[in-house]
Amino acid sequence: MSTGVVSHHISKQFDDELERIRTTVFAMGGLVEQQLNNALKSLIDGDIDLGNTVIETEVQVNSYDVSIDQECIRILARRQPAAGDLRLVMAITKTITDLERVGDEAEKIAMMGIGLTDKHGLKSYHVGINAMGNLVSQLLHGALDAFARMDSKKAVEVAGKEAESDDQYGAILRQLITYMMEDPRNISGALDAVWVARALERIGDHSRNICENIIYLVEGEDVRHSSIKHMEQIVAD
Amino acid sequence: MAAEKIEKYAEDIAVTESSTATRTHAIDMNNIVDTAVDMKLANEKTCIAVSNFSLFYSGKQALKNISLTIPEKRATAFIGPSGCGKSTLLRCFNRMNDLIEGVTTAGNIKLEGNDIFDKSINVADLRRRVGMVFQKPNPFPKSIYENVAYGLRIQGIKDRRTIDTVVEKSLRGAALWDEVKDRLEDLAMGLSGGQQQRLVIARAIAIEPEVILLDEPASALDPVSTLKIEELIYGLKDKYTIVIVTHNMQQAARVSDYTTYMYMGEMIEFNDTSTLFTNPHKKMTEDYITGRYG
Repeated sequence: MSTGVVSHHISKQFDDELERIRTTVFAMGGLVEQQLNNALKSLIDGDIDLGNTVIETEVQVNSYDVSIDQECIRILARRQPAAGDLRLVMAITKTITDLERVGDEAEKIAMMGIGLTDKHGLKSYHVGINAMGNLVSQLLHGALDAFARMDSKKAVEVAGKEAESDDQYGAILRQLITYMMEDPRNISGALDAVWVARALERIGDHSRNICENIIYLVEGEDVRHSSIKHMEQIVAD
Repeated sequence: MAAEKIEKYAEDIAVTESSTATRTHAIDMNNIVDTAVDMKLANEKTCIAVSNFSLFYSGKQALKNISLTIPEKRATAFIGPSGCGKSTLLRCFNRMNDLIEGVTTAGNIKLEGNDIFDKSINVADLRRRVGMVFQKPNPFPKSIYENVAYGLRIQGIKDRRTIDTVVEKSLRGAALWDEVKDRLEDLAMGLSGGQQQRLVIARAIAIEPEVILLDEPASALDPVSTLKIEELIYGLKDKYTIVIVTHNMQQAARVSDYTTYMYMGEMIEFNDTSTLFTNPHKKMTEDYITGRYG
């Protein structure tokens, strides 16, 4: 059963409440996306000021998380939503948890960026991280886009790409290990870079989780811990 | 030679027939496993089977070709807007609609495999097997004790000790014993609405029915009494098949195992309650339970 956010409730007030909460989630998503992109830029460009901005802005992400969660609890208590409405509220509570964690990872990247720039200047191994960062940023953007459009097919497509970020993570690790073996003086910087790659890999996972939430919301099937193939079948039916 | 040929021919036909039968069977199985609820129902024992059932009030069709299976020792809820036919269908199960003039029916309803509209069915006996509780508690203007004992007395049971035992057991079964055990001789009308409703349920279970029909049993009660009735329904499921009509969707979601959504005399969706309230398969059901109906 596809979700019925399209048609209206008898209670217009309930429509307004759900619409408001959705809009707030999009605002939070936009902010988190911006945080990730700024964190990556600060790392690659060695822009310490931008890195600090990311760290300062992180509190806004947290406050979105708390306020949207409260609004969801309020709707559950007062409206006892069912079917598509219930799935929407549940998908939102899960999605904002993922978004909040993406915000945390972005903050970590910004902090590592500041550390790396301070200590070591710009390093050539940023190339791999930059590529992975772009991919992960696309994953997050795709997931948020699919959420806004309630597009489960797009969600499966985005979830399917997440494996690429895992491959890139593996490649970056191998590259960094090589650097460390070449010259022990690289170890400290390379370890920081490992943490950045790890943060990006986690953001890929969170993006996939968001996609799974969208599939649950639209199709009513819980596809967590299942294969992309299974997701494709669910969406095709 | 000719005889052999004929035999061979007969064999061929038999083979063809059996393979057709297998194929038909396979198609049937596909239909059966079409939805999860059918798979779940396949593991349940059928109590009431309604097939292609229609009902007319003086020619006006109130139920349209309804087919559904009510599983034994489970709670099945009927939900739907006013006038959708859910109470009408419920009342068919113990032929309460016989009392209304101009009612005609088509199709059949089977209780434990026997057509309840069959001439051989004794209606009084059917109503003993299928008890009913209404929206407004309707205790008799008698004592609490006599209300519960009534069904036994009309069955001709006179032994005081037997009746005492059944009255206590039924009142306990209806979660009312502790509240009334010291005043069994008081008039039932003196009880609160919630207590009266539980008394009526005790009266219904005293004669050990197989099915208990509940028509909006809690809609005239306060939230605490409502919860007590719901708790009671939960406990009664072990022994009886429960069919409940309710306007309160949360109540259907809380107490039932299966839910049927009806609209304008048609059965729109019959599903496992958890599925129906989280992921209904029909748009109409979704619209109704999310408050988009109308």
